[in-house]
Amino acid sequence: MIRALWQKLIAPIDLPLMGFTGLLLLVALIAMASASPERMAAQLMNLAVALVVMRIVAQIPPPRLMRLALPIYLAGLLLLIAVALFGDISKGARRWLNLGFMRIQPSELMKIAMPLMLAWYFQKREGMLRLKDYLFAALILGVPVALIMKQPDLGTAILVLAAGFYVIFLAGLPWKVILGLAAAALAAAPFAWHLLHDYQRQRILMLLDPEKDPLGKGFHIIQSTIAIGSGGILGKGWGQGTQAQLEFIPERHTDFIFAVWSEEFGLLGNLVLLILYALLIGRGLLIASQAATLFARLLAGAITLIFFTYAFVNMGMVSGILPVVGVPLPFISYGGTALVTLCLGIGILMSIHKNRMLVQK
Amino acid sequence: MEFKLPQEDLEQFNRRLAIAGGFVLVCFVLLFARFFWLQVIQHDYYKTRADDNRISLVPIVPNRGLIVDRHGVVLARNYSAYTLEITPSQVPDLEATIDALAEFITIEAKDRKRFKKLLEESKRFDSLPIRTRLSDEEVARFIARRYRFPGVEIKARLFRQYPKGAFASHVLGYIGRITERDLAKIEEREQEANYRGTEHFGKTGLEQHYEFELHGTTGFEQVEVDAAGRPVRTLARTAPIPGNNLTLTLDAKLQEIAEQAFGNRRGALVAIEPATGGILALVSVPNYDPNLFVDGIALVDWKELNESPDKPMVNRALNGAYPPGSTFKPFMALAALHTGKRRPEQAIADPGFFVFGNHTFRDDKKGGHGLVDMYKSIVVSCDTYYYQLANDMGIEAIAAFMGELGLGSKTGIDIEGEAEGVLPSPAWKKKRFKRPEQQKWYAGETISIGIGQGYNAYTPIQLAQAVATLANDGVMFRPHLVQYITDTKTGERRYIEPQPIKKLPWKQEHIDIIKRAMVGVNKEGTGARAFAGAEYVAAGKTGTAQVFSYKGVEHKTETMAAHLRDHALYIAFAPADKPKIALAILVENGGFGAQAAAPIARQVFDYYLLGKLPQGAAPADEAATESGE
Repeated sequence: MIRALWQKLIAPIDLPLMGFTGLLLLVALIAMASASPERMAAQLMNLAVALVVMRIVAQIPPPRLMRLALPIYLAGLLLLIAVALFGDISKGARRWLNLGFMRIQPSELMKIAMPLMLAWYFQKREGMLRLKDYLFAALILGVPVALIMKQPDLGTAILVLAAGFYVIFLAGLPWKVILGLAAAALAAAPFAWHLLHDYQRQRILMLLDPEKDPLGKGFHIIQSTIAIGSGGILGKGWGQGTQAQLEFIPERHTDFIFAVWSEEFGLLGNLVLLILYALLIGRGLLIASQAATLFARLLAGAITLIFFTYAFVNMGMVSGILPVVGVPLPFISYGGTALVTLCLGIGILMSIHKNRMLVQK
Repeated sequence: MEFKLPQEDLEQFNRRLAIAGGFVLVCFVLLFARFFWLQVIQHDYYKTRADDNRISLVPIVPNRGLIVDRHGVVLARNYSAYTLEITPSQVPDLEATIDALAEFITIEAKDRKRFKKLLEESKRFDSLPIRTRLSDEEVARFIARRYRFPGVEIKARLFRQYPKGAFASHVLGYIGRITERDLAKIEEREQEANYRGTEHFGKTGLEQHYEFELHGTTGFEQVEVDAAGRPVRTLARTAPIPGNNLTLTLDAKLQEIAEQAFGNRRGALVAIEPATGGILALVSVPNYDPNLFVDGIALVDWKELNESPDKPMVNRALNGAYPPGSTFKPFMALAALHTGKRRPEQAIADPGFFVFGNHTFRDDKKGGHGLVDMYKSIVVSCDTYYYQLANDMGIEAIAAFMGELGLGSKTGIDIEGEAEGVLPSPAWKKKRFKRPEQQKWYAGETISIGIGQGYNAYTPIQLAQAVATLANDGVMFRPHLVQYITDTKTGERRYIEPQPIKKLPWKQEHIDIIKRAMVGVNKEGTGARAFAGAEYVAAGKTGTAQVFSYKGVEHKTETMAAHLRDHALYIAFAPADKPKIALAILVENGGFGAQAAAPIARQVFDYYLLGKLPQGAAPADEAATESGE
């Protein structure tokens, strides 16, 4: 009886994917216990919720996901517009929408809604793709990204943009268009500079020379690179990182948790983390290549590449090769929303994998 | 799904997927390279930076050395007290903060003014005291409200204390907060590291001269601090080594008697142990209270000290140069014997004046002293004898002899700021004046030099050194205040100057003639009244120095404005046959040396030689005993 229940419970679970995710979550708990033990209970609660969401999503078949794509996207877009008009301002940015009983951040929703929507769109246009379809896809992508950037929330905007771009790229955007866009982006960079907010420019300048303002804006990057560098090959040991324990690392349980891990477990710990991410991404790409429909393939590929983007942008930022943007380290940074979103993505991947044979049969 | 995927599209998708996978790999390799750079290649650098972050060296200021007199009486010590301190850079509105503090802690107007002065002199991130010496109750009151005052702290600090207050202040000097000038001295000595955390520095007197002995060695505590600078734990500690203690040659009780003997008159006294050069008492009155300076002097107090017509901040014993008046005569007589210009029995008939060219130099006694030999010239202080002598010797010979005796040059006492005085000579004049006609030495100028007037100007310490050298039969010591320095670490005593600096080539018989005459002064001459009934034999010489020249006009001392009255001087040593103490006294505008200065010497000798304390005050005797010093 119990055995049957268990079987039923784990039926939609993809074991390799679950395994890699589980190991990453283990890393998260180890790092969190050192960086901020008082938040362990809350993070375990978040984790429980996220795993339930993953399990639920894992058994939703892709066709049903497909039907949800357009409504979710439209809802997200409306909410973003609502934010722009009536949103709450917190820390200088208008990101939150107060629904009376709870405050939500619609840009988070877009991280999943965007690939879902674009995958749905390309599925609809399958076999009759023209250049103008890409233009329309760009519009689908561009409007929410512009709204998020206006909030301003550069981190989320980049992630949503990346998610959408991955779908379009995997859908077969011609190389000459890609190269043309890249060239145009390079040419437009100076103009884009003027469109950035002051604090965003500051962050980019910081990257170029963090020591210029060591106690002000450069403090985050300097302290995190010191933490990483002083960790050495084997690290200082769990709970022994002076940068972490003496609170020199800012935001050490959220965006900068990688610095804590890196200081205490060194290059070896970083290698373990990179390998775990690589395995997770590899598994995701494999699932994408085996998926049954174009929608499933595009969605799986995009979600997997979003995991990569999170990880790369975060680690690049903390180690001082990318500007400081608010991107958490996937599965490891503290925070319920991000964890739920990520596990939702894992759930979708699992569902796609379980349903890979259905149509081909 | 209603139709099958074209194989072509699937292949393209997989190709794109592979490209993405390749991109991921490249990015991860890039990250790994970055980690390798930071954690392997640059590891040492970042390790140091991390340690710099967390380890803070906190200096532990050593206890300043004590200053005690020759019998161990403490003259300068330290005590611990609570201060209320503000770090200006951490306080946005200083005025408002001080007002708020004043609601429950007494902060007077002078505290505010002093704080303002400190603020101007210091850096913004220094912690500056707004109130010192808080009572326990005030400490408790502040602690209860501490959360309201970021940047304000209670600190336990060591304070310098001069327990006897306004006593020997020109000897001890005082300490004050370190200024830019003090920093330059610290850098010159390469003591910057040792002065980390030190806030005070010797400003004058012994506190200044022996600053680097008294300071001690700063200890350090290696403290692990968190990002907010809060100490987490102590990693290592090097204890500070307290400053070395100074034991003076000074006798505090003697100093006290000497200071009191002046009453409220201005003046100086330097008493020296002839056999060692050790200073037994060094008085410059009025004194000031050095305690006022320790935590930054209040503006009112500073104004009062600085603007007082009595000039209490001037160390008269070292900085004041005065004409020696008749106290110069014994040295003139010795010079005459030494150079062979006079034999002791050679006598002159004194008409009461001496004519040189068309100028008449008068003796104070009308009609003169009659037949005067060397002995009598000193005992009755005959001016005419010395006018002639000076004229016969010539300025060069006088200057050479007096220069050897140390007059007109710094004695090298262990306190800063000594004046040189003026040893008149043609060479000096040439240097001193600019116009050619002023630069020439006129023979007539030599005459008044003989009685200690004219350009002559010496500091009391120079006179004391000269008389001590005479008492010591020509063996000269550098006067010094510190007998020995006790190294607090080893307990070892370092003695200062136990060796004489030179022996003057005087004949003992000449010295004895002068000494006998100086004994005569106190027995039957100008000092006889002051030394009536003394149980020891004291040798001395009185002196009266004109504040300015009266050009031969008759004047009555009693009727003159106080600040125009003559300075009273006295030099002496005792016992005459085996001198234990030699001294020079100056009473500014005191009138006659015999009346004003000699009685002070009597009190000092009575105490030092017999242990006798003075009977009440009233050293000045209004009735003039003698004229013509």
